Amino acid sequence: MAKAGKPEKMIINGKRLDGRELEEFRPISIEVGILKRAGGSAVFRFGDTYALSAVYGPRPMHPKHLQNPQKTVLRCRYSMAPFSTQERVRPGVNRRSVEISKVLNEALSNVLFFEDYPKTGIDVFVEILQAEASTRCAGLNAASLALAEAGIPMRDFISSCSVGKVDGKIVLDVGGLEDQYGEVDMAVATIGNEDKIVLLQLDGIVTKEEFLKMLELAKKGCAQIYEKQKEVLKEKYKTGELDVESQ
Amino acid sequence: MDKSELLVKERQLVIPGETLARGLDFLPSSGCYRVDNEIKAKLMGLVKLKDRFIGIVPLAGVYIPKPGDGVIGLVEDMQTTIWVLDINSPYDAILPLGEAVGEYVDLSKTDISVYYDIGDLIYAKVLNVSKSKQVQLTMNDYRARKLIGGRVLTITPSKVPRLIGKEGSMIELIKDKSKCQIIVGQNGVVWLKGEREGLAAKAILTIERESHIVGLTDRISELLNKGE
Repeated sequence: MAKAGKPEKMIINGKRLDGRELEEFRPISIEVGILKRAGGSAVFRFGDTYALSAVYGPRPMHPKHLQNPQKTVLRCRYSMAPFSTQERVRPGVNRRSVEISKVLNEALSNVLFFEDYPKTGIDVFVEILQAEASTRCAGLNAASLALAEAGIPMRDFISSCSVGKVDGKIVLDVGGLEDQYGEVDMAVATIGNEDKIVLLQLDGIVTKEEFLKMLELAKKGCAQIYEKQKEVLKEKYKTGELDVESQ
Repeated sequence: MDKSELLVKERQLVIPGETLARGLDFLPSSGCYRVDNEIKAKLMGLVKLKDRFIGIVPLAGVYIPKPGDGVIGLVEDMQTTIWVLDINSPYDAILPLGEAVGEYVDLSKTDISVYYDIGDLIYAKVLNVSKSKQVQLTMNDYRARKLIGGRVLTITPSKVPRLIGKEGSMIELIKDKSKCQIIVGQNGVVWLKGEREGLAAKAILTIERESHIVGLTDRISELLNKGE
């Protein structure tokens, strides 16, 4: 596929390039428990962004000198598959993946109960299978579902989404060309649908008013994601109790 | 003060962050935490109510040893006077010679591998778990023994009570129909040996998969009656 150039306008008649409204997500799909060998796993998709997350542990922490006698140690690893973008990504660690691994770790650290399993380690892997903007948000959403499925004590889910400024308009869930040619891209993650922000990264130049507007929109978006996350987990582990009652 | 209210039912599925009760009349038990006036879940699992206590039986998770549990462990390592066992937990367990063997052992003449060797499977009791999570086992229990032959399955530790059933009803059913000896460790390791191991294994894995769905006993007995 030839690389698409910059389109002249990215918002035409109030609709975005892929036909979405300004405050509309790309189609979201979530699957939980897809890897058998992992403690917990999930795939989170924002349109063409696929993030796969797997959680292992709590397990004995090695190397031993990293063990904490009072707490669990959380390790996150974000990486993009070589085939995830149009240009091949060199596999392995790079500056970008180190940074994202770190911010994911710090975001997730806000919700885990580390004191429950001293001397152990929890490993969270986030693999981006296909990248089309907002990968860290999709990764974070997948990771928090995988953690819940692995039975790791946590305060609440982390829900994350991106907002941006494209053609001077504020939009929800930046995707594709908007990420490449848009003016601003901001990733936000909140604890559940509460007013607590655990991740905020911004690229570009905005005024204070715009920033506040974007933040407000991001919070709304996160609340929507949170509902979806809850729905998926409840659906997956239906007890059938309700059916019995209705009979 | 506001009146307390309970927002969930017994055996209801909850997910982390879900509010279980409001008010100070309820107390958080395992798998829950309190924020100000609310009790919230910190695990995904089924609600367990007992008087004022609200707990959660998790659907997943690791085994955390506690004294008195019977566990099945695999001998991983051996030193002069201890064995180190893998008990399907983040913490390794230690079986000291004194807790394992009743007789006097002259260490200069005997190699302790004559009792238990690396790779052996042992059913033992957890004697003590220290604050720093050092787990000590003992063979000083009538059920404790070395398990020879058979096969081993691993299930989620929190589902062990479902596998055993009320007063052992479920496990007795499986033992009876499959004509197997079955030993279930609290750590989720199940050892089975006998005529129809395949059938028993199938039943156990079905319980592991469907333990949270209503009508488990009926499905298992149907599966066992149908045979292979």
